[in-house]
Amino acid sequence: MEKVYINSIGSISAQKTFDNNDFLEEITTYEDNVIPVIEPNYKDFIPPAAARRMAKGIKMGVVASKIAMEEANLTDIDAIITGTGMGCVRDSEKFVTAILDNNEQFLTPTSFIQSTHNTVAGQIALGIGCKGYNFTYVHSSVSFESALIDALMQLELKEAENILVGGVDESGEHTNAIHKLIQHIKPEKINSNKLLHSKTVGAVFGEGANFFVLSNNKKETSYAQVMGVKTFNTLPKSELESSLEEFLKENNLFVTDIDVLISGNNGDVDYDNYYLDLANGPFKNTQQVVYKHLSGEFNTASAFGFWLGAKILKTQQIPSAVALNTIKPNGLELVLLYNQYRGKNHSFIILRRC
Amino acid sequence: MSTGVAITGMGIISAIGNNVAENYSSLVEGRTGISKISKIDTLHKDSIMVGEIDFTNGELEAQLGLSPNNNYSRTALLGAIAAKEAIADAKITDIKAYRTGLISSTSVGGMDMTEKFYYHYLESGENRRYIEGHHAGDSTEKIAEQLGIDQSLVTTISTACSSAANAIMFGAKLIKTGKLDRVIVGGADCLSKFTINGFKTLMILSDSYNTPFDENRKGLNLGEAAAYLVLESDSLVKKEKKKVLGYVVGYGNANDAYHQTASSENGDGATLAMEKALAVAGLEPKDIDYINAHGTATGNNDLSEGRALIRVFGEVVPEFSSTKAYTGHTLAAAGAIEAVYAILALQNNIIYPNLNFKTPMQEFNLIPQTSLIEKALNTVLSNSLGFGGNCSTLIFSK
Repeated sequence: MEKVYINSIGSISAQKTFDNNDFLEEITTYEDNVIPVIEPNYKDFIPPAAARRMAKGIKMGVVASKIAMEEANLTDIDAIITGTGMGCVRDSEKFVTAILDNNEQFLTPTSFIQSTHNTVAGQIALGIGCKGYNFTYVHSSVSFESALIDALMQLELKEAENILVGGVDESGEHTNAIHKLIQHIKPEKINSNKLLHSKTVGAVFGEGANFFVLSNNKKETSYAQVMGVKTFNTLPKSELESSLEEFLKENNLFVTDIDVLISGNNGDVDYDNYYLDLANGPFKNTQQVVYKHLSGEFNTASAFGFWLGAKILKTQQIPSAVALNTIKPNGLELVLLYNQYRGKNHSFIILRRC
Repeated sequence: MSTGVAITGMGIISAIGNNVAENYSSLVEGRTGISKISKIDTLHKDSIMVGEIDFTNGELEAQLGLSPNNNYSRTALLGAIAAKEAIADAKITDIKAYRTGLISSTSVGGMDMTEKFYYHYLESGENRRYIEGHHAGDSTEKIAEQLGIDQSLVTTISTACSSAANAIMFGAKLIKTGKLDRVIVGGADCLSKFTINGFKTLMILSDSYNTPFDENRKGLNLGEAAAYLVLESDSLVKKEKKKVLGYVVGYGNANDAYHQTASSENGDGATLAMEKALAVAGLEPKDIDYINAHGTATGNNDLSEGRALIRVFGEVVPEFSSTKAYTGHTLAAAGAIEAVYAILALQNNIIYPNLNFKTPMQEFNLIPQTSLIEKALNTVLSNSLGFGGNCSTLIFSK
């Protein structure tokens, strides 16, 4: 089986991450319960006429993928695999609103077309003329990880050499409003620095696009090796530790081999205890890293965690803004990512320095 | 030919039947499920026809034994019914005895409830339980729960009208690579105002019975349906002495990279998908005995797909038909519906008629099979083509 590497990255997030030369040197803090991305100048990447027609999710996805393709020095790719929890949700909202407000009359197709979940993957393919494999996974907080599993399978078996994999979700006004009503979004506005200690219910919602070129062709500039990915639709807290140990064992690793744990804590007092169980248990002497106070929570926020892991391994640095404790590892060789959303759809990923 | 991945169970609910047996009798008796819409109060009710399932949500909830305060969308209800039939058909009594996953697909998801309660949510707490049921993965989570699949690989694919074909493809690869011993694959989509109006704005809805591959075709009829297959590894099949209904031997996905919604005139994506599937199966075009075409009866699809068929099969295209005139276009579920039909065709050595066909298309000399015929079938090829240029082909064998 071939080894799989992260050869390039492209990130649009609530931090200024679209420039691959930066690594969270300047942190933007927010005082809110919904946070937007810091957008690049889209005109630098997409012709303005095309950009005007595109949904925000499409723009973010297309540009993040362009950044990744350029860094990998590729103009074509064997496959495009995306994950998105909600797709271009603003267009879904726009189309439903138009149906309801105008009693199913005077509708135009643009927002319907863009509401289709695979619209970002389709637009990327259209933009670069890629006729290869094109898949979109739409399963809550494992949307991106499902795409990763698919890509890994193809690269390990050498069915492809370079695959563009990404997670993208945009934030929508109505969706946010109703998620506030059911307290999936925190009722109170909160400072990002205090989010993970908030002790209140709900998360701060965000958005973003994080794309990667994965390859079985290692380059000097590669970020990291992706050793393994595993997802679980359910995982009782009582089984978390043993499931993790089993996953590590499948990759011939032990808990003590892990140098950094990157956790998906989002400050929701009802569900962060999964992460705390690991942090205070098997990883209590391990360097711990968190990121959702910087990115916000969204279905593909874990792709931002993946970006972070890749950056840490390549730069051999852990920015102070993401370090949860002061334990210094002996080296930065192995990173474990763990994520779940509201106690469901758990994922583990192992990245190794290369 | 490759040995493929064994199919050991299937389940389906569509406008032409509430289970596999009912679907089969409708197919052989030429009974369409297309009618006027009755369950959605839409402004377009007199100008469209649909493939609607008879059961109300209440009846489906009762069949599943759900409590009145459940938050199942109609997509989830249909999916759970079909998936349960597939499990029973495969005679699975202990789902946890093997590493079992679920790969489902949908495009509508919980949109039926979202469009119903969209403004209501803001005013009253009464129906807010459905908010969590909106996202595309929710119906899959509920099906997993209904089947008792936990702590496992469960995910959802949404690539418009090729979604379920892609779920079957991904599931087959998970078995082939040994990542799972058993996987339930398929898709579900219910009718909604969202899709009715969406396709209406694209001006591809027929006001009458859809007529695939006919010169005078006027567009598609939307349908609702769900179907699931049980795929099992060879070692499981051997160990449990499972009855095999057929095999997934080939699969291919390609992108047309031509237009957001329309297919290229020459069917580049569909051609590539069929070629890839044949290569995976280790088959030549001449080895295909029957093609269940995507054949939505839109001007664009049937022309593009027809040209792709000619590019792959040359002048001797095997017998082909579209079953969309029976069920309507069931969007994300279509690939799974037609996979069940492909297996039934193989089991019974039968080719279904392409209903409503009268006049051959001008652009080429392709005539679909218009009457039910018996033919010894060893391989069936099934196409699913969708928005975003997404083209998928599956090949099934005995």
